[in-house]
Amino acid sequence: MRFAIPIVLMLGVLALLGFGLTHDPREVPSPLIGKPAPAFALPGLGGTPPQLANADLKGRPVLVNFFASWCAGCRVEHPVLMQLAKEGIEIIGIDYKDTDADGAQWLQRHGNPYRVVAADLQGAAGLDWGVYGVPETYVLAADGTILFKQIGPVTEQVWREKMAPLMAGAKS
Amino acid sequence: MFAELGHFALILALAASLLQVLVPAYGLVTRNGRALGVASSAAQAQFFLMLTAYLCLTYCFIDKDFSVAYVAANSHSALPLMYRISAVWGAHEGSFLLWGLMLSGWTLAVSIFNRRLPQDLAATVLAVLGFISMGFLLFMLITSNPFERIFPVPLEGQDLNPLLQDPGLIIHPPTLYMGYVGLSVAFAFAVAALITGKLDSAWVRWTRPWTTAAWAFLTMGITLGSWWAYNELGWGGWWFWDPVENASFMPWLAATALIHSLAVTEKRGLLKSWTVLLAILCFALSLLGTFLTRSGVIVSVHAFASDPARGVFILSFLALVVGGALTLYAWRAPKLASEGELKLFSREGLLLLNNVFLVTACFGVLLGTLYPLVIDAFGLGKISVGPPYFNAIFFPLMAPLFVLLGLGVFTPWKRGNLRDGLRRLRVPALFALVAAIAMPFALQGKSSLVIAAGVWLALWTLATAPIELIKRIRAKPTFAAGLLSVPSSTWGMTLAHTGLGMWMLGVVCVTGYGIERDVRLGAGQEAELSGFVFGFEGVKESKGPNFVSDLGTVVVERNGSAISTLEPEKRLYPSQGSVMTETGVDVGPFRDLYVALGEPIDKANIGGDWSLRLYYKPMIRFVWLGGVLMFIGGLCSMMDRRYRLARAPATQRSTGHAEVLA
Amino acid sequence: MKRIFRFLSFPRKRESRALRSGGCTALRAVWIPAFAGMTALLFAAFAQAQTAGLDAAQETRYHQLINELRCLVCQNQTIAESNAPLAVDLREQVKKQLTEGKSNSEITRYLTDRYGDFVLYRPPFKASTLLLWAGPFLLLLGALIWALWFMRSSRKPVAAPRPVDEAAVQKLLNETRAALAAQDDPKP
Repeated sequence: MRFAIPIVLMLGVLALLGFGLTHDPREVPSPLIGKPAPAFALPGLGGTPPQLANADLKGRPVLVNFFASWCAGCRVEHPVLMQLAKEGIEIIGIDYKDTDADGAQWLQRHGNPYRVVAADLQGAAGLDWGVYGVPETYVLAADGTILFKQIGPVTEQVWREKMAPLMAGAKS
Repeated sequence: MFAELGHFALILALAASLLQVLVPAYGLVTRNGRALGVASSAAQAQFFLMLTAYLCLTYCFIDKDFSVAYVAANSHSALPLMYRISAVWGAHEGSFLLWGLMLSGWTLAVSIFNRRLPQDLAATVLAVLGFISMGFLLFMLITSNPFERIFPVPLEGQDLNPLLQDPGLIIHPPTLYMGYVGLSVAFAFAVAALITGKLDSAWVRWTRPWTTAAWAFLTMGITLGSWWAYNELGWGGWWFWDPVENASFMPWLAATALIHSLAVTEKRGLLKSWTVLLAILCFALSLLGTFLTRSGVIVSVHAFASDPARGVFILSFLALVVGGALTLYAWRAPKLASEGELKLFSREGLLLLNNVFLVTACFGVLLGTLYPLVIDAFGLGKISVGPPYFNAIFFPLMAPLFVLLGLGVFTPWKRGNLRDGLRRLRVPALFALVAAIAMPFALQGKSSLVIAAGVWLALWTLATAPIELIKRIRAKPTFAAGLLSVPSSTWGMTLAHTGLGMWMLGVVCVTGYGIERDVRLGAGQEAELSGFVFGFEGVKESKGPNFVSDLGTVVVERNGSAISTLEPEKRLYPSQGSVMTETGVDVGPFRDLYVALGEPIDKANIGGDWSLRLYYKPMIRFVWLGGVLMFIGGLCSMMDRRYRLARAPATQRSTGHAEVLA
Repeated sequence: MKRIFRFLSFPRKRESRALRSGGCTALRAVWIPAFAGMTALLFAAFAQAQTAGLDAAQETRYHQLINELRCLVCQNQTIAESNAPLAVDLREQVKKQLTEGKSNSEITRYLTDRYGDFVLYRPPFKASTLLLWAGPFLLLLGALIWALWFMRSSRKPVAAPRPVDEAAVQKLLNETRAALAAQDDPKP
C-alpha cells in the first residue's frame, strides 16, 4: 500500500499543474472588490474643470477606465468602449501617467467614449485604486462600491459575460 | 537545403527511437536475444541522426540563413561567429534539439560502456531511454520545430538575446542540460530494475557512475548560472530563488540524496526501493522544471513564449513517463526487499538521515514554488513566495545536515559507537568553535550569533571532510604508499565535502559582511566603501560589433595606492532595443569589488552625474569554488576503479574455466 | 538571477508594444534556455540613489522593505530592482511613509490594501499559508519518525533458541557428574 503513495501524490501535483495551464499567473485580483472606491479628486484633462471626485461616481452604476496615450492595449479596447458609449453606458476615463497634450490628442484621433476625462498625470489616484498597468476598468455600483475589475483590454466577450450583468444588476 | 536535411534527420531519429523501444520490448517478451541486441544499434543510429540534425542547424546559423524562422529570430548578420554557434541553443526550439542530442549521446555512452551488462537489463535501459527520446522528438516535431522556414525571408535577423551574448552563458545551459539529461539514465536504470525485478549490488555499481556524472554536471551548471548572474545582471547577487533557479535546484537536491542512498544500497544492500523511488523523483523533477519554465504556469520571465500546446504536451509526457514509472513502482517495488539491520549510529543510518533532510529541503522548495498555484486553485487569491520564505525554510533544514556530515564521514558502516565518535570528533568540533568565534572578529571586527553558527558549520565540515582520506593514508606504512592506495571515490567524497564547506563559508561571509551602496557620482568624484575609495572618472561612448555602450571608468584605491581600474558598462543592442549591464569586478581570493553602472541622472547628458552601485563582497569566490570542487569530486568518484571492475564477472568466468581445464 | 528578462532599460512609454503597458514591456516572446541563475534583463536600469532624507536606521529599513516587495509590472522583480514607473512610485511611497514615521507593518498594510498579498515576497502567516510555513517542518518531523521506525523495524528479531536435545544434555550431565564423583572420591 505505501508503495502507491508516490503515484497518488504525483496525480495531485499533475492536477494542480493542469489547473495552472488554464490560468494566467500575471493577473493579480484586486483586494478592493466589494469595497468603496478610494477617495480621490482629479482635475479634468487639460487642466480644465470639471474636477472629478468620488461623489461624482455615485447614484448610478458606471465604468471607470484607466487609459493612457502610450498604451497599446488601450487602442485594442477602444472600439469596444466607443460602442458601449454609443449604447449609452456611462464611462469615466482617467488618463494615467500621461501628459495633457498627449492624452487630448489621442482622444481626438481615436474618438472620446468618456463622459468625463480626468487626468491622473502622476499616477497618484492610480496607486490608490491599485492600478498596475493600463488599461484597467472598474465596474462601480450606484453606491460607489467596486464590483469588478478588468485587468487588460475590455473585449466584447468580457463585457457581455462579466461586466454587463453586473451593470444591469446594479441598476435595479 | 540543410534545414530540410536536418528536419529529415529528426524524423529518421524518431523512427530510430521507435525501433529502440519496440524491438527490445518484443525481445523481452519473447526472450529473443537478437531483438534485444537491436537496442544498441538503434541507439547508435539515433545519435548520428541527432548529430546530423544538430550540425545542420549550426550550419544554418553560421551561414546566416534567415529563411529558417528560428535562425531569423535568434541571429543577426553582425553577430560574432562564436555567438552564432552558441545561438543554436539560444532559445526554445534549438535548446530542445541540444537536449535531444545530449540524450542520444548519453544513450550512446550507455550502449558502449555497458556492453557487459546482462543483455535484458541493458536492452531495457536503452528502451526506456529511447522512449524518453521519442517523447522529446515528437515534441520538437509537433510543437517546436527548429527547422521551419519563413516566407517572406527577412533581410535581417532579430538577433540573439543579448543576455546570452556572454561567454558564461555559452557553457551554462549545455552543462546544465548534461545534468538534467544524465538523470534520465538513472531513471532508466531504476525502471529497468523494476521491470526485471533485479536490484543487486552489481546493478548499483552500474548505476552509480552515471548518476554521479549527472550530479556533477548539474552542480557545475548551477554554479555557472550563479556566476553568470552575478557578473551579468548588476545586482551583486548570486542566487534569487526564482522559479527558474528552483527548477534546477530541486533535481540537484534529489540527486544529491540519490548518490548517497546509492552508496547505502551498494555497501549494505539496503534502501533498495527508496533508491529506485529517488531515481524516479530526480527525473520527474527535471521534467517538472522543463514544464514550469516552458509552459507559463508560473510567472518566471521564461514563461513568455508560453504556447499552451507545449505546456499540454510536456504535462502529458510527464504524466505518461513518471506516472508509468510510479505505477510500476507501486506494483513491483514490494519485491525489492532489503535485508539487514540499519542502525542509527552507523554510516548507513546517518546517510538515511542525510536523505531525510535533503528530501525535506527539496519538498520545501517545491512547496514554495507551487504554493501560489495551490492558493490560486482554491480561489484564495494570489500570493507571492519569494526569497524571504526560501531562506527561512532552507537554512534551518540544512544546518543539521552539515552537523551530520561531519559525524557521518567518521562513522563506519554497520556499527558505529556514538561515544567513541563524539570523543574523537571533539577536536574538530572545538577547533571549529574557537575559529568560528575568533575568525569573524579577526577579519571583519564584528560578528553575530548567526554568523558564528554559520562559520562553525562551514569549518566543522572542512575539518571533518578529510577524515576518511587521512585514515586511509595512515593505514599504510609510508605516506606515499598511503596516498597511492586511496581510491578515487574517497578523493571524490573528500573534495565534494570540502567544496560544500567552502560554499557555506562563502555564503555566510558574503551574506553577513557584504556591503552595498547606491551613490550618485559626477566625473572626478569619489565614494568610499569598507576602506576602498572608488573614484569615478566619467562615462564615454564606445562601440562593439553589434552594440553601442556607455563605458564608465572607476579607479579603486586603498590607502592611496591604486588597486584596480574597473570599467562598468551599459550596452544597448539596437536590433533588440535591449540594454545589458556589464559589471566591473575586481576579483580577489577573499573579496570582490563590484561596480555596476546605473543611469545618468540627466538622461540626455551622459557626461553628467551617474547613479552607481558599489559592492564589497567578501569571500564570494568561495561560493563558486565550492561548486567547482563538488564538480571535480563528482568526476573523481565516477572514475573509481571498482565501477570498471563491475565488468569482472565475464572475465572471472573465463579464468575459472581455464583453471578447470588445467 | 532575478528575472530573465529585463527589457528595455529606459521606460520609454511610447515604445510599449504589449497590450498592457506599464513600462515593462515584453519586447518579444523569448524563451531562455538556461534554468539556473539566469534571470534578468528587464529594466537593466536600477533604482537610483533615493535615500536622501532618511536617517541610517530608516535607510536600512528602506532597503529591507523594497527588497521584499514585489513589483506588479515586471513581475518576478522586487521594487528595488525594477525600474518600471510603478516601482519607482512605490519606492517613493515607501520612502515618504518612512519619513512620516510609519512602521513597517503600516507600510506593507498600505500596499496590501491596494494590491493584495501578491506584493509581499514574504507570505504573511494566515490560515491559508499555514501549510506553506509549517509544511516543510511537519514533513521533516514525519520523515524523522519514519526513519527511526524504519531503523527499529529493520532490526532482526533475536534468533529463536535452538530446540534443546534433552537426551544429549542429560548424557553430558551424567558424564560430568560421574567424572566429578570419581575425582571427589579418590580411591583409598
